[in-house]
Amino acid sequence: MERGAQDGSRMNADVRLSVEQVSYAYSPNPSQAPIFTLEATSFQVKPGEIVGVLGPNASGKSTVLRLIAGALQPLSGRILLNGAETHLMEPRARAQKIAMVQQESQLLFPAKVWEFVLQGRHPHGKSLRFETDDDVMIATNALRQVGADHLTDRWMGEISGGEKQRVILARALAQQPVLLLLDEPTLHLDIGAQVDFLHTLKKLTAVNRYAVVIVTHELNLAGEYADQVALMQKGKCLRVGTPASVYQRDLLEQVFQTRLTVEQRVNGRPKVSVLESSE
Amino acid sequence: MQPLTLSKVAVRCGILALILFVVVVVALKFGAVPVSLYGLAKDLIGVLIGRSSNISSEYGMIIREIRLPRIALGIFVGASLSVAGTSFQAVLRNPLADPYVLGVSFGAAVGSLLALIIEPHLALRPEVAAVFTPLGGFIGATLTIAAVYLLGRYHGDIDSKTLLLSGVIVGSFFSAMILLLITMLPSSSTRGVVYWLMGDLSTPMPPILGWVLRTGFFAGFALIYLTASDLNLLLAGEKEAMHLGVDVKKVQLVVYLAASALTGLAVSVSGSIGYVGLIVPHLMRMIFGTDYRMLLPASAFGGAIAVVIADTMARTVAAPSELAVGAVTAIAGAPLFIYLLRRRLA
Repeated sequence: MERGAQDGSRMNADVRLSVEQVSYAYSPNPSQAPIFTLEATSFQVKPGEIVGVLGPNASGKSTVLRLIAGALQPLSGRILLNGAETHLMEPRARAQKIAMVQQESQLLFPAKVWEFVLQGRHPHGKSLRFETDDDVMIATNALRQVGADHLTDRWMGEISGGEKQRVILARALAQQPVLLLLDEPTLHLDIGAQVDFLHTLKKLTAVNRYAVVIVTHELNLAGEYADQVALMQKGKCLRVGTPASVYQRDLLEQVFQTRLTVEQRVNGRPKVSVLESSE
Repeated sequence: MQPLTLSKVAVRCGILALILFVVVVVALKFGAVPVSLYGLAKDLIGVLIGRSSNISSEYGMIIREIRLPRIALGIFVGASLSVAGTSFQAVLRNPLADPYVLGVSFGAAVGSLLALIIEPHLALRPEVAAVFTPLGGFIGATLTIAAVYLLGRYHGDIDSKTLLLSGVIVGSFFSAMILLLITMLPSSSTRGVVYWLMGDLSTPMPPILGWVLRTGFFAGFALIYLTASDLNLLLAGEKEAMHLGVDVKKVQLVVYLAASALTGLAVSVSGSIGYVGLIVPHLMRMIFGTDYRMLLPASAFGGAIAVVIADTMARTVAAPSELAVGAVTAIAGAPLFIYLLRRRLA
């Protein structure tokens, strides 16, 4: 896929996404105290880099992702994508730059795989539009890149969970984004499909120079595939850095409330094993 | 990979227009005075292509003055209700949504009735008075869909069952309001109003109202059709649509208002013709698929065809007396609704 416009930023290894001291508070009723707060969080993502946002349930991982996606407005701080605040962008312009892969796509009516992937072309045109030959070419290319071109004419409802995640990724690629956001993309996949998916993602990130933010609680997969991780707990971002530097036994035990061991493997990547409960 | 193209949409609409034409010719034939089908088709084509300006004089008056206006009304009412249903189904993410099931038709009826009651006291100019009832219908429909939408939301998401239940409850509340309002009308007009409530195309209306109905339909349809690609994505959910570049709030607002306007217009001239917005989109989905760029025009033609057929049945089945067209659509539609509901739950 052509990424001509972004070559400049690759040369000087510019920061593409900058999360600067971002905080957020959620309360179902404005008069009440917030039931969830996110404290000032900062990290940066360069083109071609994968950042994993890690933490237990309700730690604020998905909130961080939704803030980056521009779906929420930060209480304070800024989120800049190539210098522009994401929540201030027009929805269409934003979707040309940011693509989101969510946990599951619920379909109200059956759709073919190719129809689904073509949806990724929606931001690149007028509101009422019919797909052009270019759109078809880009969608075909996206399916090939994720290794799902053989699924083109299948129904979304009849493919496996792993295949479905690939197709959802293909739709995100068809948006030709500069920033790729993934919310628990491997949640319902078996371990083989998880590794396959992340391997594909890693390869495409290197080739297309996406900036990638991936939310997950799979410590070992993040440790293996992420260039940086941000560890979250109860709305606080505790530490940001390489997996090897963040994966400290004491820290992880405290955050995940379980006993575990961390060993450094020969490739410099950490490996976490959960020990039997101390109770 | 063979995406939908504009020419595909045009060809299919052409076929549907042809079917509508045939249905109209057949519908014109039925009635107390016998009319030759062949002569009728010949005359109509002549008029359509501008060769002649007249329909044979033996039955011309009946066709022009009685049957054709009624069929034209049926076409616009059917198309409006069907497009409204198709649109509500997308923005509410519920394939069982329909102006009647959601209670919007009843809200529109209350609005129209209130306008009817208030109007004589306002000393309006005749042109304004003519559009006063449709305006009441539109306001009633808009307020109802807003209420049903808010009641059907649960934790920020639309819950399908809560939504339908809210629609039923709001609908029954407005039914009671309608009964109350009828008692406030002069007894001379009670029978007409009751007939209108059951769904009725037989009452002649002033030409200006016909103009409002046609203009309103084309404007509402155009507004909704401009969002057709967005509606395709909204079917996948609000969050997902937002991430694909849809301005969700704007699209929802435009479609709610336009679909309410279509419902309000249709109800103010024809009462509650139920289930058209449910049955027709379903059939059209089975034939043409779920892409709204095709589905919206197909629903418009399908709704027109369905209501013209239903009205023809209504005035011929029990001839010389007439059924209300709303009774015909409800007899066909209610069992289908139950069937679709059961199949979805299964």
